[in-house]
Amino acid sequence: MRITPDEAAHVAHLARLSFSEEELQQYTGHLNAILEYVAQLQQVNTDGVEPMSHPLAIANVFRQDEMLSSLANENALANAPQKDDGAFVVPKII
Amino acid sequence: MSDLTRLSIKELHDAYRARDISPVEVTQAYLERISSVDAKVKAYLTVTGDLAIQQAQEAVRRFESGEQVTPLTGIPLGIKDLLCTQGVKTTCASRMLENFVPPYNATVVERLNGQGAVMLGKLNMDEFAMGSSTENSAFHCTHNPWDLSRVPGGSSGGSSAAVAARLCAASLGSDTGGSIRQPASYCGVVGLKPTYGRVSRFGLIAFASSLDQVGPFTRDVTDCALLMNAIAGHDTKDSTSVAGKDMDYTQCLQKGLKGMRCGLPQEYFIEGVQRDVREAVERAIAALKDMGCEIVPVSLPHTPYAVATYYIVATSEASSNLSRYDGVKYGFRASEYANLLEMYKKTRSAGFGPEVKRRIMLGSYSLSAGYYDAFYKKASQVRALFKRDFDNAFNACDVLITPVAPTTAFKIGEKTADPIQMYLNDIFTIPVNLAGIPAISIPCGFDGNGLPIGVQIMADAFREDNMFKAAYNLEQAVGGIQNWPEP
Repeated sequence: MRITPDEAAHVAHLARLSFSEEELQQYTGHLNAILEYVAQLQQVNTDGVEPMSHPLAIANVFRQDEMLSSLANENALANAPQKDDGAFVVPKII
Repeated sequence: MSDLTRLSIKELHDAYRARDISPVEVTQAYLERISSVDAKVKAYLTVTGDLAIQQAQEAVRRFESGEQVTPLTGIPLGIKDLLCTQGVKTTCASRMLENFVPPYNATVVERLNGQGAVMLGKLNMDEFAMGSSTENSAFHCTHNPWDLSRVPGGSSGGSSAAVAARLCAASLGSDTGGSIRQPASYCGVVGLKPTYGRVSRFGLIAFASSLDQVGPFTRDVTDCALLMNAIAGHDTKDSTSVAGKDMDYTQCLQKGLKGMRCGLPQEYFIEGVQRDVREAVERAIAALKDMGCEIVPVSLPHTPYAVATYYIVATSEASSNLSRYDGVKYGFRASEYANLLEMYKKTRSAGFGPEVKRRIMLGSYSLSAGYYDAFYKKASQVRALFKRDFDNAFNACDVLITPVAPTTAFKIGEKTADPIQMYLNDIFTIPVNLAGIPAISIPCGFDGNGLPIGVQIMADAFREDNMFKAAYNLEQAVGGIQNWPEP
């Protein structure tokens, strides 16, 4: 399986990254080398093997529905690149 | 004064109790050593001198007032710069978080504070813990204290180098595919990756959530157990931390290994392992045998697929975890953009370094429509086979003994051109993370260039007791390290 620079550009868009033409060539090359390497996984027989997403056999960890303290607005906004009147500021979207 | 930095945590604690020395003296000794030596090693990204003195004074007060003290009270520690420290910059060695000041502490930091430990500062690492050499730090590379032209390992290279160079008494790091054990091996210190779920990940900046685990770097196995006692245990803020499995790790440090079954996985003793490394590990195995261990040959047949499996699983999780860096809530934001999409793209492209972008690309590709089954799902199935391999092996033995890395510390710049060569360095450490089991690296000798070699001891999930027992006895047998480097 090989990836073309166009496909790499598509993946970059999905990941919200942008590259120059030169960078795109370079990343495509690296990705292809890695994809070629990981292709060896296709040799492993995994028929009937349940995928393992996690090392622990846990699901749905619940806690009591109690109100706990949370971050104050001011602290939550302390690292914001742009803020105004207690809110994050983002470029206009509509 | 500088001799104070040679004392172990246990020795410091005994000396504090006897009022022979004070936490302030020891903290000052470390801060002085950091200002004279760290220009060469470059282990720290941030030194919190004033805070450290304040915490040391508080520790003195605890000892003098007869308030409860623990073995960590007044012990000067370094913290990897991906553990959130309230009010202290936490950068993940990334431009993206260059000015990020967390509003809360990671649970492990909170626990250390509660015990009255002293924080000397934040330690360098590969950006977002992605790397095996600390060369991917956006700020500077850390140097191996045993040979400054070599890497300290990674990603927790600052944590390992600082302990070896006596720039802190012990440190915390994190391990996703070997990021504690490999740098521990390269720097001649003890490094432990606990069972997944032992230690809270709350406030650990996520790389790959199903693999990441926080663990200690220390100069000996006893100190490692003391630090584990301080940081391990269930945390309601991390739903993957496990309750009801607590133990006193120092109780595992019992002499005698008679009857312990040590498995040797044949797939870890292969071509491509440096001769000195193989011989040092073989000497460690012989020592275990002399102590009455039964040596059992075992097989972990999927080992050759470790790197491929890991680089799909870890990058997929990373691409998802790192989507939070969008220039809105915290961290870097690009200065010029026409709209929201462009703001995202410019922010992320300028804020992340090349290796992080490479991994986000691979992860996004593996998870994308049409490729998911061939990549992420397939890798998750192979991951299950790794777990099965270990389950089978631990039916036949109590611990597994292997090299930590195929070689000793390599030269700075030697592997940066070829990502796959760098990745292959992690082949012996990755399977442990895939399966979620614990493993420790302890020093077991030196190569022809005087560089330390580590041996890895793995145990079944939540069987750190076996691992600690083997490590403690092996340390006595092979002598640990007496002559720390003077960079």
